[in-house]
Amino acid sequence: MAFLHVVSTGKTAAKSGLKSRSLTPYLLLAPGLIWLITFFIIPIFSLGSTSTMVRPEGAQIGVYVQELRFANYVDAFLANQDQYIRSFIYAALATLLALLIAYPLAYAIAFKSGKYRNILLVLVIAPFFTSFLLRTIAWTQILADSGPVVTAIKVLPFVDDLFRINNTSTAVVIGLAYNFLPFMTLPLYASLERIDPRTLEAAGDLYANGLTTFRKVTLPLSMPGLVAGTLLTFIPAAGDYVNAAILGNPSTKMIGNVIESRFFAVVDYPTAAALSFTLMATILILVTIYIRRSGTDELV
Amino acid sequence: MTTINAPMPSLSHRASRWFSRNLIRIYAALAFIYLFIPVAYTFAFSFNDAGKSNLVWQGFTLENWQNPCGAPQVCEAVVNSLQIGILSTLLATILGTMIAFALGRYRFKGRKSTNLLIFLPMATPEVVLGASLLAMFLNLRVNPGFWTIVISHVMFCISFVVVTVKARIASLDPRLEQAAMDLYANEKETFRYVTLPLVMPGIAAAALLAFSLSFDDFIITNFNSGVVSTFPKFVYVSAARGIPAQANVIGSAMFFIALIIVIVGQVVSHKRKKV
Repeated sequence: MAFLHVVSTGKTAAKSGLKSRSLTPYLLLAPGLIWLITFFIIPIFSLGSTSTMVRPEGAQIGVYVQELRFANYVDAFLANQDQYIRSFIYAALATLLALLIAYPLAYAIAFKSGKYRNILLVLVIAPFFTSFLLRTIAWTQILADSGPVVTAIKVLPFVDDLFRINNTSTAVVIGLAYNFLPFMTLPLYASLERIDPRTLEAAGDLYANGLTTFRKVTLPLSMPGLVAGTLLTFIPAAGDYVNAAILGNPSTKMIGNVIESRFFAVVDYPTAAALSFTLMATILILVTIYIRRSGTDELV
Repeated sequence: MTTINAPMPSLSHRASRWFSRNLIRIYAALAFIYLFIPVAYTFAFSFNDAGKSNLVWQGFTLENWQNPCGAPQVCEAVVNSLQIGILSTLLATILGTMIAFALGRYRFKGRKSTNLLIFLPMATPEVVLGASLLAMFLNLRVNPGFWTIVISHVMFCISFVVVTVKARIASLDPRLEQAAMDLYANEKETFRYVTLPLVMPGIAAAALLAFSLSFDDFIITNFNSGVVSTFPKFVYVSAARGIPAQANVIGSAMFFIALIIVIVGQVVSHKRKKV
């Protein structure tokens, strides 16, 4: 939700006359930044340090010592590459699905909603006032083998009796797309809303048809929102394990599921740490490339 | 078929024209249905006479609403979640608002790295945030529990508060503050009587966001909670065996309470604008 604003804060410095006073800003920053450094930055280093630890011969469960064994990364990746690659494929598919649902929705709210605009915006966020776990569990009921969706699809002539959605990769992707939909819709809405409708009329006056107007005018102008929305969907989706745990089966496990079970069920901290570190690094690299290529550096 | 009946072509033609003109509205309506079906399910199943496993419809009852604490441990978890939510919201809103004012109102060295430090937690998957904090607590031999949950929630809420409040500060008209100064208000008075009231709606929105993020968080909490239960953790743990209908009651109640708060907030700010 917050990214709604990120896109709009770029010009802060120029507009309001900024004061330059020596100490005040640092006093304002200090408590919050110290909190972030202590409980976000230092833990990342702690994670890095755990990732190269080794369990000594005959030691108790959960006891590890530092031996700088970087081969942990290779071992962890090779043992879990399926789940690792799957996470990114599911996240990409869920992002695409969310985009297909959210773009027309955001467009309709921005240009076709008239006085109902604020109500519709509240309605986009409203489902997220219910616990997301309860909503994910509701999806298992909606997509159940004897539930409404599967029963309806089975009526079709070419669908065989064994058809199901629950506990398949389809259900996981549907759940992921659903869970992060407002994070896609709100930034898209924020950038569509700022388009002057007259630019669209102008395109029409210049003999562009609907499709050309969309491709040459609307889409490029909504690019910042599209980039923010896809990132805000892709990043949490790639690290999610709740949807795979509730809607999937053992062969749809994602990297988050592996990290969770390595930490808690297996008590293999180094492997869990190495996988977390690899996940974070991969996402940061992908995000940097994506932001550079889409030319929206000012986003951050 | 349509050629036999004379008025049919024009009717179907009109219908298809109406359809193509309203295509985007129909699509949006479908998207809203997609958004609300799970909420409707959760609400409907809060009236299910299901006993312990609330997955199949058994019959209508009001008992779950009359006795929301009927299932073991559910209210204990909710109380924990509320306490954690209130504490984390308070701390994150104060710390985040201070950062937002520094970024929005002052020029200082290190602005870029501050922005990066605010952005990074939002660009890191929850599982990494949770795992890294737990790794640190384990390395420091700290036992996870109530306070480690609060620490982790404040950590991931700060960034969202900063972005929300900063946007509000950026949208203020600087001339209002200048006018206050022209009318001989000193810096403190200007802040107290002009700036702060104007930024307040942004701070309130940020606090609401922080509370809902905290109350609904599962992944980071699961890593850093030890044996302490929260509402999302309760739901996840009982998901395997079937969730008591009381969980649906609490989820639905949260939905309506939050909806009322947001609508009241909208109405109030709308009225203020008119006055």
